[in-house]
Amino acid sequence: MRDFDYAAPESVQQAVQLLSQANGSGRPLAGGTDLIDQVRMRRHEPDLIVDIKRIPELNVLEIGADGFRLGAAVPCWKITSNEDISRQYTALGDSCSIIGGVQIQNRASVGGNLCNSGPAADSIPSLIALEAVCVIMGPDGQREVPVAEFCTGPSTNVLKPGELLVELRFPPRPAHSGSHYRRFIPRNEMDIAVVGVGVSVVLDESGENFVSGRISLGAVAAKPLFAEEASSLLAGRPVNDETLAAAAAAARAIATPIDDMRGTVEFRQHVTGVLTERVLQRAIERARSGEPGSLHP
Amino acid sequence: MATVDKPQSATADAGARDYKVIGTRPIRHDGVDKVTGRARYGADIALTGMLHGAVLRSPHAHAKILSIDTSAAKKLPGVRAVVTHADLPDVASKVADLGEGMFDLRDLSRNVLAHDKVLYRGHAVAAVAADNVHIADEALRLIEVKYEVLTPVMDVVEAMQDGAPILHDDLRTEGFVSSDDAADKPTNIAKVFLHEKGNLEQGFAEADLVIEREIRTATVHQGYIEPHNATVHWNADGQITCWISTQGSFVVREQLAGLLQVPVSRVRVIPMEIGGGFGGKIPVYMAPAAAIMSKMTGRPVKMIMDRAAVLEATGPTPGSCVRVKLGVKSDGTIVAGDAWIAFEAGAFPGSPVPAGCMCVFACYDVPNGRVQGFDVVLNRPATKAYRAPGATQVAMATETVIDEICEQLKLDPLEFRLKNGAREGTRRVDGPVFARIGMLETVKAIRDSEHWQSTLDGKWRGRGVASGYWFNAGLKSAVTASVNADGRVSMLEGSTDIGGSRASISMMLAETLGIGAEDITPAVVDTDSIGYTDVTGGSRVTYATGWAAYEAGLDIQRQMCERAASIWDCDSKDVTFAAGTISGPEGKSFSFKELAQKVQSSGDPVIGRGVSDHNEPGGAFATHCVDVEVDPETGKVTILRYTAAQDVGTAIHPAYVEGQIQGGTVQGIGWAINEEYFYDKEGRMRNASLLDYRMPTCYDLPMIDALIVEVPNPGHPYGVRGVGEVPIVPPPAALANAIHAATGIRMTSLPMSPPKVLHELLKARAASGNGK
Repeated sequence: MRDFDYAAPESVQQAVQLLSQANGSGRPLAGGTDLIDQVRMRRHEPDLIVDIKRIPELNVLEIGADGFRLGAAVPCWKITSNEDISRQYTALGDSCSIIGGVQIQNRASVGGNLCNSGPAADSIPSLIALEAVCVIMGPDGQREVPVAEFCTGPSTNVLKPGELLVELRFPPRPAHSGSHYRRFIPRNEMDIAVVGVGVSVVLDESGENFVSGRISLGAVAAKPLFAEEASSLLAGRPVNDETLAAAAAAARAIATPIDDMRGTVEFRQHVTGVLTERVLQRAIERARSGEPGSLHP
Repeated sequence: MATVDKPQSATADAGARDYKVIGTRPIRHDGVDKVTGRARYGADIALTGMLHGAVLRSPHAHAKILSIDTSAAKKLPGVRAVVTHADLPDVASKVADLGEGMFDLRDLSRNVLAHDKVLYRGHAVAAVAADNVHIADEALRLIEVKYEVLTPVMDVVEAMQDGAPILHDDLRTEGFVSSDDAADKPTNIAKVFLHEKGNLEQGFAEADLVIEREIRTATVHQGYIEPHNATVHWNADGQITCWISTQGSFVVREQLAGLLQVPVSRVRVIPMEIGGGFGGKIPVYMAPAAAIMSKMTGRPVKMIMDRAAVLEATGPTPGSCVRVKLGVKSDGTIVAGDAWIAFEAGAFPGSPVPAGCMCVFACYDVPNGRVQGFDVVLNRPATKAYRAPGATQVAMATETVIDEICEQLKLDPLEFRLKNGAREGTRRVDGPVFARIGMLETVKAIRDSEHWQSTLDGKWRGRGVASGYWFNAGLKSAVTASVNADGRVSMLEGSTDIGGSRASISMMLAETLGIGAEDITPAVVDTDSIGYTDVTGGSRVTYATGWAAYEAGLDIQRQMCERAASIWDCDSKDVTFAAGTISGPEGKSFSFKELAQKVQSSGDPVIGRGVSDHNEPGGAFATHCVDVEVDPETGKVTILRYTAAQDVGTAIHPAYVEGQIQGGTVQGIGWAINEEYFYDKEGRMRNASLLDYRMPTCYDLPMIDALIVEVPNPGHPYGVRGVGEVPIVPPPAALANAIHAATGIRMTSLPMSPPKVLHELLKARAASGNGK
């Protein structure tokens, strides 16, 4: 590992200034669970590491009538241990409970998971399904980008040099809504998603019809996908096998996976459809019961 | 060892024995150090003036080295030494026995640091010693290597074809070569093996059913958690000291002496605690370079391998292509068997294909048989021993063919094994005749188990069984033991303790002396402190080092009897030693402790000496039963229940026997379901981390129920058979058979990972319309 400078600013402005001055060779550090390993493996060789954990705005965790604000440096354990989030933004809780083990969850942040922009990142399909928006601060000021438009490819995103993800904002959850994230992994622990599906559904009062739905896919393309057509096939339709099968088929159709050591194209395409149906079923159960229940059925 | 009757019962009836210590479960002597983190491993070594080394590895799977320029690296501040193959002494081609596999010294030298070619991705090319590991890493980037990249050959069958890329221009096929092939031409087939028995053609002619299948298995790694390490100090007086994680300090000494061209006595090897080996920690990798760099600098050099190098550059077990053809009568009697076995040796010859050839039909009485084996080099790391080397690959073929035979003939798979299973007097296709063995007893143990008797309900669920065999090894061991004045005994051994052997060896000494296991203080010592001892491998330590401990115990018995005779002033012939009591004429007696207290005041110290070099280790058999559930839409296999029955001879410490059975089974499950070396077209391993090289975690496994079957080995004073290796043999076949029962598909390639199982399920569904 090469030597680098370390700074721990206490304001967003200072952090942005430090990152801007570093001229592209600075990296923000939240939990460090990706960054430290990447520096060690020489995937990044930063001259400056900017620890962002002391900045108040990046540690915000507020849930209320206006929705949910999540600071970019908030570690996963704060999400999984928050009952309001588990009840309302259940898919995000699902994601945070399966990212790494307990030690990783104590350090790793959702903001970091998003900025690392891995195609198989477990939090991003949930963020997309839950309509999260990125609040980004940079030398030219603040801007907002929907998470669905944040990633641009494997390990790449819309952040420009000097820009910092400050927080994620989620709209409030409607009545009769439910969400779920599940991934397929060959083992039952210690694995990276071969296919990941995040889903949010809103049902009508009867629980028998979709008002709307959002489906997002991970690990089946160069970046996490918002399955727009599959999502639109849910709106206004009855909750039945036919609707679910149609949405699953549409989700499957946009998967453009690769063959690698984690799975084949055939496998990932098939399982995209299978998981979409299974995850929808679970989200529907949650919408009907109003209870998050357990992660796995 | 003729002075005392063997204390072993010749029957399989456990009740006939009367052991006091053997068969109990004392706390292991090294337990506290291990659980409190005080045990010292190779990574814990810190010496004054110590340098830290790092290794530059080939990015290519197959390339000529045109030049290596180390000048820039040497100029980096903090760099103290840089070595390449040119700094190693020239060694002639000479075959050495490492206890679990033969190896050519010149090949070993060229594996330690590449000579004129790199033969696999990760092949060591140069090494650096520097003030710290970060400087050493930086220096590696300053070494400039020019390569001429060659096409790699990664598949065993492709490597055997004419026109395949050739690894070694001077390699010629040895062994059973037909005259047509005898031409003096470069080849990747290093050796051909052949065993024949009876009349193959006639055997198959008598068969009512013949089934032939081709099975492929993937390269898999032992997966020990502790990476390789070595610290070497080449002292100014020419004495070399090596602290290392190894399965055999004496074989490290032999390898270092051979590679460095110094006499063995110049090398002292201090074995550190070992965080797993499973056969993979027998060869040396970094120690020779560390030694040369220590000689250059006069300072100790420490080297620790990272995980990617462990996977890419140390010896996994071969992938294979195995064709098995079996002929049976309609009642299930085996009449003929034919096997064609090709193993990937990796970059240098020496795969365990000879063992595979001897194991392929070993569980059964095959009256007419032929086995051909091929040792094939290709651009993968040089393979090394892994738990029952070669047996798991071939069992996957034989045991799944047998399952198919049983299915077609509607025979119970356990009854089939009871009918055809090897027993005392059965001659293997490769020649040897079995002594008393426990194959049938393991089948009966499964048949009578609650697991087999239970019913398995539910869709997509199935049960499979399979058996397996492993020879076990004998080889050489030495033990010394000195009697202390408090009645306790200090025991020295040379067998590095991987699976709880300090406890089991101490227990055999304690049994012999009639004292408690806690009265023995065992120590694993360095090569200057104990007689020659072969590797901890081949499931041999409890058998052979245990026998040496028994001999040391007999030696102590004899000396204690003489001492008592001198105290009582009688003839030592009138003194007997039994169950820890020394008895003389006129009802005189001492307990062991009482006499020990008098040793110091009555004469010389009492030191027992025991050695062993016996080769009747008593083959080990296992039969496993497993229930699985398969997700029909993802191909994921969930193991619901697993029972492993094994003939262990005598269970010295039953908890550690169970631990070995469970550990071996789990490694077999990993091999079956998810583990594989995944290479791209250029021969780069794409999953060189424990994230993507998927060994099972505790979440992927049920409790493994171990059924201990005890058919004492007539070739050992306490009836010991090796137990460590055979449990890895049946799991892949047992799981394949269970997956077939659950889904109707026959998997013919390992690993049976979700994408592969799903592929077969979808294929079957497309063919039939419903998949089952």
